[in-house]
Amino acid sequence: MITVEHLTKCYGDFMAVEDLSFSIEEGHVYGFLGPNGAGKSTTMNIMTGCLSATAGHVRIDGHDIFEEPGKAKRLIGYLPEQPPLYMNETPEEYLRFVGEAKGLRGRELAEQIASVIEQTRIADVKHRSIAALSKGYRQRLGIAQALLGNPRVIILDEPTVGLDPLQIIEIRDLIKQLGQSHTVVFSSHILSEVQAICDQILIIARGKLVAFGEPAELERQLLSPSEITLTAEGTAQEVRDLAAGVPHVTDVAVTAEEPSLATARVHTDAEDIRDTSRALFFAFAGAGKAIVEMSLKRANLEDIFLELTEAPPGGGGPGGRL
Amino acid sequence: MTAVWKHELKNYFHSLTAYVFGAFLLAFTGIGAMLYNIQAAVSNFEYVLSFCSLVFVVIVPVLTMRAIAEERRQKTDQLLYSLPITTLQVILGKYLALLAVYLIPLCVISLYPLVFAQYGEVCLRTAYGSILAFFILGAALIAVGVFISSLTDNQGMAAGIGVAVILLNYYSVSLSEYASATAAGSAVALAVLALLLGLVIRCLTRNGNVAYWVSFLLILAITALYVVDSSAFEGLLPDIMAKLSLFERFNTFVNGVFDMTAIVFYLTVIVFFLFLSVQSLEKRRYN
Repeated sequence: MITVEHLTKCYGDFMAVEDLSFSIEEGHVYGFLGPNGAGKSTTMNIMTGCLSATAGHVRIDGHDIFEEPGKAKRLIGYLPEQPPLYMNETPEEYLRFVGEAKGLRGRELAEQIASVIEQTRIADVKHRSIAALSKGYRQRLGIAQALLGNPRVIILDEPTVGLDPLQIIEIRDLIKQLGQSHTVVFSSHILSEVQAICDQILIIARGKLVAFGEPAELERQLLSPSEITLTAEGTAQEVRDLAAGVPHVTDVAVTAEEPSLATARVHTDAEDIRDTSRALFFAFAGAGKAIVEMSLKRANLEDIFLELTEAPPGGGGPGGRL
Repeated sequence: MTAVWKHELKNYFHSLTAYVFGAFLLAFTGIGAMLYNIQAAVSNFEYVLSFCSLVFVVIVPVLTMRAIAEERRQKTDQLLYSLPITTLQVILGKYLALLAVYLIPLCVISLYPLVFAQYGEVCLRTAYGSILAFFILGAALIAVGVFISSLTDNQGMAAGIGVAVILLNYYSVSLSEYASATAAGSAVALAVLALLLGLVIRCLTRNGNVAYWVSFLLILAITALYVVDSSAFEGLLPDIMAKLSLFERFNTFVNGVFDMTAIVFYLTVIVFFLFLSVQSLEKRRYN
């Protein structure tokens, strides 16, 4: 649906986006995740034709956004970071203008306006001045505007920023709902939000794509668990010796000792951590010591996010598509 | 384009702008008509228009100041960029809406000569020739105003610069008499203009190299020309200043001559400044 190839954007000497490539398939909700200033807005502005790229291509369903802007822009609805609203108009007048600019006329225009007003639930305020609307309503009106013309992709730049918790929940529900009928790309710097709504995540840091995949896949592949915590019968020394004797175990640290029980953290370099936990079980069982508790440390997206986005420049995490 | 046109037109009538513009223009025409046609009992309506043209200095910037500056301030320019319409359509839509706002009081003004003709002999041909020229003069000034509005996101600034530019243009013929007519003076003034052009290019494109080269090459050309034939520069600066005056050409019509070259000049100014406005909007995508 959208292919971004080797996208680069420089502001003077500053590289806002550097050699970014990814492709977006139809029917998913994509989350653009990255700390502030990572290049999310720049990328989205380029994808929607609001900004030119220094190098690279963006194609929407095969149409280059710079060479065939008319065709490409009809396929996208875009809500910039600050909803682009004319404050002296009413939502209805505003939607009429956007609809006409998108080429809708007559009955089709009226039907679409009615439908987006219903979808975004702004019917109560449609005759009020936009200047008098709350931020949540303005954001919804911004989304309504993006939905006009029934574009296949909806791109939303930080749609929940600056809203109160209740409004955030409403907007998230709306995005989820939109995801059923459109391809949605939205950016956020809040991890839990992306995790809750998206089925595909792109993580951007310092203008580069550092990870791309499903949330669960990212967790599994990026930070596979490498640490086992176990509590077993025996003294600290016995537990340490038994665990250290297991293949692939690189390090054992006893963290607590009770009478007849000891807890240890075991690090392994095995490809599948379960091989190590199985080997540990048999080693302790063979020695006649029962393991009373054993757990694998699970990484979550928070760790991935921090690891990827805080890596020093040049060091970098794993790049490209996983 | 029609969407932008309708939207803009509605905006001008929603706000006071269209009314203030029309009221001012009509008030000055009324005063002019009273002074010349009624009190002095002159039958030439074109003198009224000549008197009125000064009011453009104030009302054109007031009309055009928000055209693009306001879009920028409200960040609605992002919407325009993301909609499937071209920048040219946006500028044309806005410009035609401004022309429509301008045409309404002008229609009322067009009735004046007809009314006066009921009470005496009025040369309708020079009167309507001048009204047409008055329309195109205003249209050219509006195009300049649109361009000035596209340079800033501050309406007040756009209005201020607009007033200054149009006022300078209004007095450029009088000022040209004070400008140095010697060859050396003209050459130096042109060199300064070349430097200013470079500065403008630098501000617009943020590309220092292009600006330096343009300035450098222009100054080089001026110097070379001056060395080869210094007499070519004799009186050049006052000449250019007088030629660039939009108002001076309007006076030809007032004097009863329908000057086609002036019409072509006005149309060129309109196309040139609309083109610059499109470039100014496009440029925003590049930085």
